[in-house]
Amino acid sequence: MSINRRHFLGGSAALTGVALLGYPAAAAESIKLGSILDTSGIFDAYGKPMDMAMRLAVDDINKAGGLLGRPIEVVAYDTQSDMALYSQYAQQLTREDRVDVVHGGILSASREAIRQILRRSGTLYFYNVLYEGGVCDRNIFINGVTPAQQVEALVPYAMNKVGARTIYILAADYNYGQITAKWIQKYVGDNGGETVSVDFFPLDVSDFGSTIAKIQSTAPDLVIAPLVGGAHLSFFRQWAAAGMKARIPLASTTLGVGNEHKVLTAEEGNGIMVAYNYSQELDTPENAEFKRKWAAAYGDDTAIHEIAVSNYQGVLTWAAAVREAGSLDRDAVVTALETGISIQGPGGMVTVDAKTHHAVLDVHLMEIENQGMTVIDTLPQRQPIDTQAVCDLEVNPDDNQQYEIEI
Amino acid sequence: MDLVLVIVVEVLYAIGALVLISAGLAVIFGMMRVINLAHGEFMMLGGYATITAVDLGVNVFLAMLVLAPAVVGVLGLAVERLVIRHLYGRLIDTMLATWGLSLLFIGIVTMLFGNTTTGISTPIPGFALGDYQVNGYNFFIVLVAAVLLLLMLAVLRSTRSGLIARGTMQHSDMAASLGYNPDRIYMLTFACGSALSGLAGAVLAPLVGLVPTSGGAYIAKAFITVIAGGPALIAGLASSAGVFGLINQIFSFAVSPVVGEVALLVAAVILLRLLPRGITDRLFRESL
Repeated sequence: MSINRRHFLGGSAALTGVALLGYPAAAAESIKLGSILDTSGIFDAYGKPMDMAMRLAVDDINKAGGLLGRPIEVVAYDTQSDMALYSQYAQQLTREDRVDVVHGGILSASREAIRQILRRSGTLYFYNVLYEGGVCDRNIFINGVTPAQQVEALVPYAMNKVGARTIYILAADYNYGQITAKWIQKYVGDNGGETVSVDFFPLDVSDFGSTIAKIQSTAPDLVIAPLVGGAHLSFFRQWAAAGMKARIPLASTTLGVGNEHKVLTAEEGNGIMVAYNYSQELDTPENAEFKRKWAAAYGDDTAIHEIAVSNYQGVLTWAAAVREAGSLDRDAVVTALETGISIQGPGGMVTVDAKTHHAVLDVHLMEIENQGMTVIDTLPQRQPIDTQAVCDLEVNPDDNQQYEIEI
Repeated sequence: MDLVLVIVVEVLYAIGALVLISAGLAVIFGMMRVINLAHGEFMMLGGYATITAVDLGVNVFLAMLVLAPAVVGVLGLAVERLVIRHLYGRLIDTMLATWGLSLLFIGIVTMLFGNTTTGISTPIPGFALGDYQVNGYNFFIVLVAAVLLLLMLAVLRSTRSGLIARGTMQHSDMAASLGYNPDRIYMLTFACGSALSGLAGAVLAPLVGLVPTSGGAYIAKAFITVIAGGPALIAGLASSAGVFGLINQIFSFAVSPVVGEVALLVAAVILLRLLPRGITDRLFRESL
């Protein structure tokens, strides 16, 4: 007898029915959350707290009965701060472990190494780190702040606070620093100021003596410093050592993301103006609860930083979408996320922007004070306007690239 | 006018820093011909020793000038006994061994202190030079470098141990036949060189944010300074540090710190093309 389509479908349905008989046993089968982070090597100061935050979020969800009645199982890989391992472990997560979602990636290079693999395999991807903006891909959701969100808030605040008209910019010499410096120049201009000079520094420069003298000969009203990493931390130390703190105020878009303000002494750090989505000193019930849970799980809560909280909020956002969708199917979860789902995280409310798959979130204006970040003001629900200017996934859902945003 | 003074201070500081960074290597590589690729890590360890001591409540100057060199000196002693002494005269093998050591030290420090930036603040306040504020600690670096050079000169030229050390490095067989034990002299010289590296790391620590991999930033500059200095230990160190420090700062001020670093390397290439055996092969020939 020949097999026609109708017979075949009927037979398949019967088989599916048989498979469904076993369903109650399979109901307890766990949901797999893939995590891919540098928890050793030179980026572990970022990766370790991110990993701790992710596990904390998963434990919370499991204690509350899991998702869709099923527990979440973490499948985590340590990429050892080695970019080559990212693509290898991403293959492993999608082919071997067949995870339902992947959270992870720290540097932009690591995100770009795995983004296409996850897209091709149809595995939903969350990148939970502040970054330079511009990624436009329906399969990825990003909930870190982008330069415009941060700079749009920080520049007018710092300029008004000190009555500054002339601004000097010191930036790290790679894509993040270059792009952020451009946004700073734009907002300085928009707020009636003038950028007198922009200096870029490779990541290993640690001697800023000549720069500090040069800044003084220019005599700006304000210095804004998107500097990155251990060597660049020397700038803040040498600035204080030269006695410049009392003379020219400082603002930064990076100091404190990896808890760098706890390395500087109080005298070196006090008064530096920053703007982020999170501060340990944030006085909200959500943050108090988060810190309490963290301390209960890990002993003390000093390791918490901006991108650990982003990772936590990323897992919460994904879980909320799965509940909303009532399914783990990628397209169903993406559709749920695109309804503009919101969660209340330690850093405030986080809302998915359907157009860009970036996050609309609260930006807190802060000043460093006694090795903490004191919140001065909160700007609620800032839009990712940089990425919004170039990316519209509602109009063009098949878009798949990282735009360089022209300002 | 004030700016000229500031530039002079920064140039002196750059020269002083180069002298400090290179002094330990000048002894270990310049005198003993041991290519110590762990030189940067010796400096990093000096920095961590200082920070740990200060955190434990030790006076910062005591920690920098006494404790850190002592700790790294003892460590150098152990390294010499365990590794280096088996490899004298085997250049490639020493390079591999010391490179391995540098990785080991980075690993150990990462395990002990974590991979996050640490540091202490500078113990000397800034002060005004006309309209400009200057880092007061710069003068301390210049002072330490100057005292160090004079002290090295005095020890090598005017003391018996200095003479024996120099003699052993030139002709260890001859020194042995005169009744000195070259094995012991090599050991002590290596320890002194390590202590100098530890001192450099300690004195520079308050200016930077220290991570376990910080040593890598110093190693190239140290080798360039020592090689360009040539055969005379102290005159070579002072003259090449002087040339490179001046060029580095002039270009830093005129353009940017990045161009300053590039200018330093370009100057080194040109210098070694003109004087392949270093400055003191032609100039200051009879000096130490």
